[in-house]
Amino acid sequence: MRVKVNWRLVAVVSVLILGALAMILPYYWMVLSSIKPPEELYTYPPRFVVLHPTLKPYQELFTLLPMARSLLNSLGVAAAVTLSNMLFCSMAGYAFAKLRFPGRDTMFLALISSMMIPWQVFLIPGFVIVKHLGWLNTFWALIVPNLAMPFGIFLCRQYIMSIPDGLLEAARIDGYHELGIYWHVILPLVTPALATLAIFTFLSQWNSFVWPLIIIQSSEMRTVPLLLAVLNGQFGANFAMIMAGALVVTLPMLIVFLAFQRQFIQGVFLTSIRE
Amino acid sequence: MLRRPSYVSQPIAFLFIAPAVVLFVIFIFIPIFASLYLSFTAYNVIQPPRWVGLDNFIALLGHDPRFWKAFRNTLLYVIGVVPTGTAIALILAAALEELSRGKQLFKVLYFIPTVTSVVAIASVWKWLFAGEKYGLINYLLIQLGLKPVDWLLSPQWVLPAIMIMSVWAGLGYNMVFFSAGISTIPQALYEAAKVDGATWWGRFWHVTVPMLRPTLVFVVVMAVVNSFQVFDQVYILTSGTGEGIGGVLDSGLTLVSYLYDQGFTKFRMGYASAIAYVIFGSVFGLTLVNIRMLRSR
Repeated sequence: MRVKVNWRLVAVVSVLILGALAMILPYYWMVLSSIKPPEELYTYPPRFVVLHPTLKPYQELFTLLPMARSLLNSLGVAAAVTLSNMLFCSMAGYAFAKLRFPGRDTMFLALISSMMIPWQVFLIPGFVIVKHLGWLNTFWALIVPNLAMPFGIFLCRQYIMSIPDGLLEAARIDGYHELGIYWHVILPLVTPALATLAIFTFLSQWNSFVWPLIIIQSSEMRTVPLLLAVLNGQFGANFAMIMAGALVVTLPMLIVFLAFQRQFIQGVFLTSIRE
Repeated sequence: MLRRPSYVSQPIAFLFIAPAVVLFVIFIFIPIFASLYLSFTAYNVIQPPRWVGLDNFIALLGHDPRFWKAFRNTLLYVIGVVPTGTAIALILAAALEELSRGKQLFKVLYFIPTVTSVVAIASVWKWLFAGEKYGLINYLLIQLGLKPVDWLLSPQWVLPAIMIMSVWAGLGYNMVFFSAGISTIPQALYEAAKVDGATWWGRFWHVTVPMLRPTLVFVVVMAVVNSFQVFDQVYILTSGTGEGIGGVLDSGLTLVSYLYDQGFTKFRMGYASAIAYVIFGSVFGLTLVNIRMLRSR
């Protein structure tokens, strides 16, 4: 008896695997090139394996350049911005969702409308303001403008709207003040939204490029993507070192992504409203 | 006479919104108008802005060949990236739906570039596109019997190189939307099409695509807006060529990289603000046109 081959499935799987290979190959090439000694890196034809792996590019990255410092900068900025967004956005989200005050709807409309404006519009005045505050080349400039982003406020407000008013009333009857309600009732309930917010804020801060590029000049204040950009410009021929740098930027986010795949992929829908 | 609001105001609310509102006013609200004002001035950061009326816009739109080069490149980039990227992502998503298991694995693989810094991605592709000899892409081209090209140093190939990288990087993001859209299409429609004898392609074209129209509109509008503002990969792929920000003969100059060049390497902040507003206007216009076109059909 002949086995009936499902050709359609074969075609579908082939397309998907071919696509997946195209996705993986650049990453494989990045890792491979970062551990190749120069004599293997610049050979023709290129080899798909490494014969004498070396960690020298990584050593150079951390000794010739302040990569360790850049990692700390990136980590510090991303952590500070993430934490403050979780706090400030949930606070504002609570007020916009559940409290009554004059100008509420106008202000909220202004906030969400601003998300539709291309970021280039904010770039030059942002730079001028930061310069006048004397913040060029400082953590202040990297962190403060991003402490409470409209997208986060929007996300929290939408989520808090779904919390029944009765719950808040009950807490009021129990003698809670608004601050207490925020802290003891809202915050625990809003954690799923805050988790999504945290993941995406951290990711966008870690990978952020344009803003740091215009406000940071000194080498010790550079974030990791900035250092990598400098590597591309100044060490343009040392591709092993550039690939090592690319891996250092990529790896932390890749690990977080693999750990929280579903949150990331589902979060895409929430965050897409931002744009 | 003051009209009393129909509710009891809760002043404590201002405490909750204070940090967010102060930051919004300083870093978003004021800048929107500040850059509009600056676009009518000559401003080099050192001296105070000097009012020049419409001069920036007249110079920009009237006699600045670099601006028009950047505009042309940006449009070509959008036209090159959006349809290709959308089509490939749609086909991959449709293929993915055929699988009974392993969907998540493929989604994760395709999604990895979305969580990778564009600077890192562009650095890797710069190496893949490198020289006539050791670059991986040229090696693969030679294996296929094609002629290698000096991607990042020949004016006619710089833009295609940036496009190829961007299509690759955006696939997983678009695919996730299509995949979610497809999973909401009622299975009965496919069954009916099968009964009518439709092939896989027929079902894709006559069931999947029309049913996905809302998702398609959304993805295309997003993609056009984002592509129009392309910068990071342009900056990296054209850096280190010994030329300016736009690469060889400005062959990779896009609108945002021109804005960066004018504002932050030449410190012509007024002129750069005018470019920002031209981008703003273009994005706005393009979005309206897009929504019209995609909705009406």
